[in-house]
Amino acid sequence: MLNLQQEREIIMSEFSWAYITPALPEMFLAIAGMVLLIAGVFRGNEGTKMLCWATIGSFALAATFLLGLDWERTTSFGGMFILDRFAGFMKLFVLLGLMVTMAISVRYLYQEQMARFEYPILVLFAGLGMMLMISANNLLSMYMGLELQALSLYVLAAFRRDHIKSAEAGIKYFILGALASGMLLFGASLIYGYTGSVGFDTIAATLSGTEPGLGLIIGLVFVLTGLAFKISAVPFHMWTPDVYEGAPTSVTALFAIVPKVAAMALLIRLLFGPFGPIIGEWQQIIWFLSMASMALGAFAAIAQDNIKRLMAYSSIGNMGYVLIGVVSGTMEGISAVVVYLVLYMIMTAGVFSIILTMRRGGVAVEKIGDLAGFSRTNPLMAYAMAILMFSMSGIPPLAGFFGKMLIFKAAVASGFYILAVLGILTSVVAAFYYLRVVKVMFFDEPADAFDPQPAFSKQAVVFASVGFILLFILSPDSLVTTGMNAASALFAG
Amino acid sequence: MEIGLNHYLMLGGLIFTIGVFGIFLNRKNVIIILMSIELMLLAVNINFVTFSSFMGDMAGQVFAMFILTVAAAEAAIGLAILVVFFRSKGSIAVEDISGMKG
Repeated sequence: MLNLQQEREIIMSEFSWAYITPALPEMFLAIAGMVLLIAGVFRGNEGTKMLCWATIGSFALAATFLLGLDWERTTSFGGMFILDRFAGFMKLFVLLGLMVTMAISVRYLYQEQMARFEYPILVLFAGLGMMLMISANNLLSMYMGLELQALSLYVLAAFRRDHIKSAEAGIKYFILGALASGMLLFGASLIYGYTGSVGFDTIAATLSGTEPGLGLIIGLVFVLTGLAFKISAVPFHMWTPDVYEGAPTSVTALFAIVPKVAAMALLIRLLFGPFGPIIGEWQQIIWFLSMASMALGAFAAIAQDNIKRLMAYSSIGNMGYVLIGVVSGTMEGISAVVVYLVLYMIMTAGVFSIILTMRRGGVAVEKIGDLAGFSRTNPLMAYAMAILMFSMSGIPPLAGFFGKMLIFKAAVASGFYILAVLGILTSVVAAFYYLRVVKVMFFDEPADAFDPQPAFSKQAVVFASVGFILLFILSPDSLVTTGMNAASALFAG
Repeated sequence: MEIGLNHYLMLGGLIFTIGVFGIFLNRKNVIIILMSIELMLLAVNINFVTFSSFMGDMAGQVFAMFILTVAAAEAAIGLAILVVFFRSKGSIAVEDISGMKG
């Protein structure tokens, strides 16, 4: 690893490609975004479909570049950008999630008359922001990545301009998101002031071995508040249900699947990188966030009749479970978090692929009651949905069970018994609303069938997701080892 | 009286608090919320520039420039979303942004 002085000399003396290679996928995405934007302007809205698939292709190419890189810890751009096994793995999954969400939403864009060419480009820039967030190694690059992601997502939430709910979702998301960024920045300014640096490595070096001052703790709390907004942890979750309900369903699928993984990766990098030395200070904050999120996610979802709102509360609850792994503060805990996030992403992708097919008379329907009799009109999809719901509620031998088990095991190993017990209790409560969906599909008085539609990519995603969930038990170790491998990067130094 | 670091930080903290209260206490107009957000970001800028100047470290001032740029982009997007909302609702009063609850 180079220090700052040496890096400066490299820039001064001669430009070396090796110096910027770690950021190759991001640079490719940035250029692809601009090229596609120009293509979109020239082709107009007729080119939307082509642009959607070009965006998926760009994500795939970026993933290929990422796989070709060396994932040992390297920093570049004066230490602002980091690539290690944790970042590499998380970015790979974010790219995969983006490709899946894009693929399942192309037809929806046309069905809802919102197939404008900005859509895929905004998703692409949001994806670029998420990748920069995951690779941030400096408060400034963290903020820039976060904002690039957030600004694109605000616009996407309000993308159905003629729909009042979508505009309302956009406003709510924008105001609370901007408030969160403000909090995060205020905290960042205090951290800068009390440690004298914005670089994560320097902050970690300053904090190790000294008692943290009050100003720094206040800064940490503000930064955590800002990030808690982004991962929608209680008590900063207020925007989630409204934005999930109001935004177009394809955008909701994106919100549910990808940005939380990126924000969680950033949170973990921040807590175990610069703030690793003061773990005792933040553990109790995360402990509280985790407990409150699990409880609210379980109880508030019971009364919902809109399936998008249900998924919003489900995501709040799931973030609570993920935070248990963060609280435990061990390598085992972080590897459990990685595994849990991957499984959650796969299950959510499956569920939203099915939600996107819910159309009746040419209109998208989103009430849970609309699923009544789904088992008779479309048994294959109904069984797939049932398996996904069973997995999300954590019933063995499906994949969701292993995710929860790893998290609780890590919590118990670190002595957080109360959290583990609360987690098990709330997942029992949460099982109620997941199983209610199954009950509606199989036992309620059948409603009319959904519109038949060619939905190849959605079916492919559902089958891949269900297949993964069912077959996960055959070799759970492979994913757990990968998670361990990714987590070990954070505990090397 | 010598004006020191603490005075600047107090000013920053005060303006930030006004911004946060502007968002939560305001019951009338969304434009005021946008102004409050701007106020929060500027308070952060005061903090950054103060620390930068007192420590003799340029990073804070560079950070402040980036915040200014992002704040401009944020205001543009916020106003654009507000225009979209106004077109379908015909109002930008805070109490009218309540179509979804629960």
